[in-house]
Amino acid sequence: MTVTEEPHTGEVGRDRHRKEDARLITGRTMWTENLSLPGMMHLAILRSPMAHARITNVDVSPALRMSGVAEAFTGRDVADLQGAMPCVWPPSDDTVLPAYPPLAVDEVRHTGEPVAVVAARDRASALDALEAIEVDYEPLPVVLDMEAALADGADLVHADQGTNRCFTWTLDSAAAGTGDDARRAEADAEVLVKRRYIQQRLIPAFMEPRSVVVDPTGEQITVWSATQVPHILRLLLAMSTGMPEHKIRVIAPDVGGGFGGKLQVTPEEFIAFAAARKFGRPVKFVESRSETMLSGHHGRDQIQDITVSARNDGTVTGLSVDLKVNMGAYLGIITPGIPLLGAFMFNGIYRFPAYRFDCTGVFTNTTKTDAYRGAGRPEATFAIERMMDDLAAELDMDPLEVRRKNWIEHDQFPYATAAGLTYDSGDYAAATDRAMDLFGYHDLRREQRERREAGDRVQLGIGVSTYTEMCGLAPSRILGQLRYAAGGWENASVRMLPTGKVEVVTGTSPHGQGHETAWSQIAADQLGVPFDDVEVLHGDTRTSHKGLDTYGSRSLAVGGIALVNACRKVVDKARPVAAHLLECDPSDLEFVDGAYRVKGSPGSAKTLADCALAVFSSHDLPEGVESSLDADATYDPENFSYPHGTHLCATEVDTETGRVSIRSYVAVDDVGRVINPMIVEGQVHGGVAQGIAQALFEEAVYDDDGNLLTGTFVDYTIPSSADLPAIVTDRTETPALEHPLGAKGVGEAGTIASTPAVVNAVVDALRHLGVSDVRMPCTPERVWRAIQDARDGAAHVAHEGGERP
Amino acid sequence: MIPAAFDYTRPSGVDEAVGALRDGGEDAKVLAGGQSLIPMLRMRLASPTTVVDLGDVTEMRGVRDDGDALVIGAMTTHDEILHDPLVHEHAPLIAQATETVADRQVRHLGTFGGSLAHADPAGDLPSVASALDATFEVAGPSGRRSVPASEFFVDYLTTVLEPDDLLVSVRVPKLTGWGTHYEKFNRVAQAWALVGVAAAVRRSNGSVAEARVALTNMGPTPVRAYGVEDALTGTAATEDSLAAAAQRAADGAEPSSDPSASAEYRMHLATVLTRRALQAAGGA
Repeated sequence: MTVTEEPHTGEVGRDRHRKEDARLITGRTMWTENLSLPGMMHLAILRSPMAHARITNVDVSPALRMSGVAEAFTGRDVADLQGAMPCVWPPSDDTVLPAYPPLAVDEVRHTGEPVAVVAARDRASALDALEAIEVDYEPLPVVLDMEAALADGADLVHADQGTNRCFTWTLDSAAAGTGDDARRAEADAEVLVKRRYIQQRLIPAFMEPRSVVVDPTGEQITVWSATQVPHILRLLLAMSTGMPEHKIRVIAPDVGGGFGGKLQVTPEEFIAFAAARKFGRPVKFVESRSETMLSGHHGRDQIQDITVSARNDGTVTGLSVDLKVNMGAYLGIITPGIPLLGAFMFNGIYRFPAYRFDCTGVFTNTTKTDAYRGAGRPEATFAIERMMDDLAAELDMDPLEVRRKNWIEHDQFPYATAAGLTYDSGDYAAATDRAMDLFGYHDLRREQRERREAGDRVQLGIGVSTYTEMCGLAPSRILGQLRYAAGGWENASVRMLPTGKVEVVTGTSPHGQGHETAWSQIAADQLGVPFDDVEVLHGDTRTSHKGLDTYGSRSLAVGGIALVNACRKVVDKARPVAAHLLECDPSDLEFVDGAYRVKGSPGSAKTLADCALAVFSSHDLPEGVESSLDADATYDPENFSYPHGTHLCATEVDTETGRVSIRSYVAVDDVGRVINPMIVEGQVHGGVAQGIAQALFEEAVYDDDGNLLTGTFVDYTIPSSADLPAIVTDRTETPALEHPLGAKGVGEAGTIASTPAVVNAVVDALRHLGVSDVRMPCTPERVWRAIQDARDGAAHVAHEGGERP
Repeated sequence: MIPAAFDYTRPSGVDEAVGALRDGGEDAKVLAGGQSLIPMLRMRLASPTTVVDLGDVTEMRGVRDDGDALVIGAMTTHDEILHDPLVHEHAPLIAQATETVADRQVRHLGTFGGSLAHADPAGDLPSVASALDATFEVAGPSGRRSVPASEFFVDYLTTVLEPDDLLVSVRVPKLTGWGTHYEKFNRVAQAWALVGVAAAVRRSNGSVAEARVALTNMGPTPVRAYGVEDALTGTAATEDSLAAAAQRAADGAEPSSDPSASAEYRMHLATVLTRRALQAAGGA
């Protein structure tokens, strides 16, 4: 036989073009929507136009009489079959877990909630028939504002629960023994800065709408879904509907993005599952973009009351966070857990000796919130990084000076924070120094002074964000302590084929990240095989039988270790085979560049491919060696990994119109050792763009009746390349100590870091005019009003956030 | 989404198209470039019984020189306008505004006449047509007629066009010796204008001899800022006098409020953008 003769050079660290790009970019691949099965019916879903109402009557019979329509049903018709939407992360014993039927039965609690379903021979017929369904609603009071929802006597989203409070959760460093008492620090503070920041509601705008196909005709019911979480979907479908788990197969074919918006098990998936079972025929549901906007889960939406205690020299002594988080009307898969992911990050990179975090989840008549890129950490990072700038302003210090005074020094790692985490490694000074160089920090400060003195119409602002984040979700032990229902491990298998080619099976579920490329690079190095000899299989519970999928920058940080461990097992398993072939003792062999060599006798060698073929034939194996080199590994991390970095943003703010333009943007990130620099840079660019979008452009807005006013891309303004700056990226590299490759994670870093950098820059441009805050997104009008209010000497729109727009 | 079912006809001439509209009755809709109608159909905000597609009406395409004016076929695409030398020479304001319309894809399909007949007050071209005192050539069952821009726009998404009328072409007087500028302000590059200002200024001996200013999205129809024009005419074309005149830009305008901008902010923007447009068009 022949093996690919290509001298092996290190793959890790190399700018490999992504092997998945050709098919993804051209769209010539298998998306869920491409799938067509014999006898398949197309579903369309009638959604509530009311934010809160009792359903007094639904009549689907006019729809049934329409051309092409096969079936139509209501929530009442499938009440026993449809299951209930699960929430797997109740943060406290007394978390309110309201009933959440996929298809509403008696009551609707947000606009867009599914009310009835039509199944037709084509999608157009199904959509036509929706218009014929008659629904009678009896309006109920609508609750939208979180503080109003928590007030005594407030109207209730779930009347049977008696409260709009979903949960409260507290982390107190004094009680936990991880630090001092934050309340005492406040009492003793020389300087006390209190701020209220508003995290507006965002809508994940992945490229491929959510789509699902269910085929009930085989031994296993097969579900194709545009999901980030095929394994979790299978498990929760089984647990919620009572269908045995082994009778369900879930496939996530190529999936067009997610950003956390597809880290969900959706009512639409459950409705399609129920419909397929009810009718015994395959069904397909593909949502429109309007449906994504209205009923796919939203993100952020927090009121953040932050108090920092400090000494006059700028040393911080305590941090208190009081958080109100909008759950929406129902709890999605991890809705109430999202702010907990932020709870450990409000203290950022700083040595806060005392920390207290109080969080309240609140129900309102809005679409549920859940994970959106960063999930809890962008919110936390925003608050602390805005606060460090505000503290600097309060003390008349440079924002970088305050940070330097308080951040954890390189020689202080590993560092146990007051929030209870141990940061393994980092070098904040190195990243900051590099960023300042690339940015031309001092020159820009000089220009800023000149423009201020000249009273220029366009003012210059400089924004700083020195962030860290926790990624690699997650140590199962910690998840258990936080009452998350599942673990945080990941699985990988390596199959050695007889020809020496390799199949890697991963439990991660890429939806644009490039795992096929990066995992191939890792396996190529570990096994000493060419990059092109590795195939990465994923996203089908039949081939990838075990996994916890992709979110929380976990795939490389956890799944990558599982892969390395599986590869090492293969190398170990092949060693006695190679020794047998070389007629030596296994302990005399070393494995270098894909071959076992006899130490001191470099001429005699057997490659892994030689061993694979020998094992395949199994004609002559040593005693006790099984006829397989395949290996499987599951890895559960001991700790998170902690990427960090420094982002600097320069904005030009037109004081006449309020328009903000980003003049320059520098991102220096430390994501540990890098597998593929090109992928990392792409992640940073995309992440920064998404963070800028929150700072300047995007916001989901409801009117007083609970109608979503930003239901299309006309009103929900997503920036395009024309609205974004050139981004200068660089890296420092402090390896993660607990990762065999030293890798951390990069999927969310850009989003986490960039939002406060931009808003800090906007405020910095205007501080000398008396502006101390601008609520996100910093629209031209909000910036203009902040300037007007400051000029008028009125209370700044600032801390209370002000009214829209 | 998928549009509701409709009848479709594709005439090859203006008279045939008018006939098709007449036959289609109240619920017939004209399809030009489809950049507004198709989304409305897909979101089922419009459900016409008949769609009359003008794609084959070649006589409605192109720009021709007609002495002291240009005649622009209603079916001329934005992209064709952008590459037309006559437009650049005699009506650069149209090119300046067209360049800001949506994105390249939209400009390749969307048409000049379609934008005007759709009469979205946030569209860029209605205010430009208004500032240029364009004349709209309309074909209907009883023949052809000309409508001045000042009478063409009636209300939000409403023009003088009857259901069986067709906008055939637009006659744009050549502006020789004028400076023009279109100043657009939007949230993101592809978005509609929060406010836009179309300005044309003719200077003579350091003074403003004539000025025309029209505003985008400052009311249900394009708004001619006559107050600004009056204040400018005969004054020195200095920065101060342009700025003083621009202060009157929002006089009498009644813009709407929406999640992107309040009416109050739009009024403010109108004065700032008008000043900038005037300076670009006719500043010293």
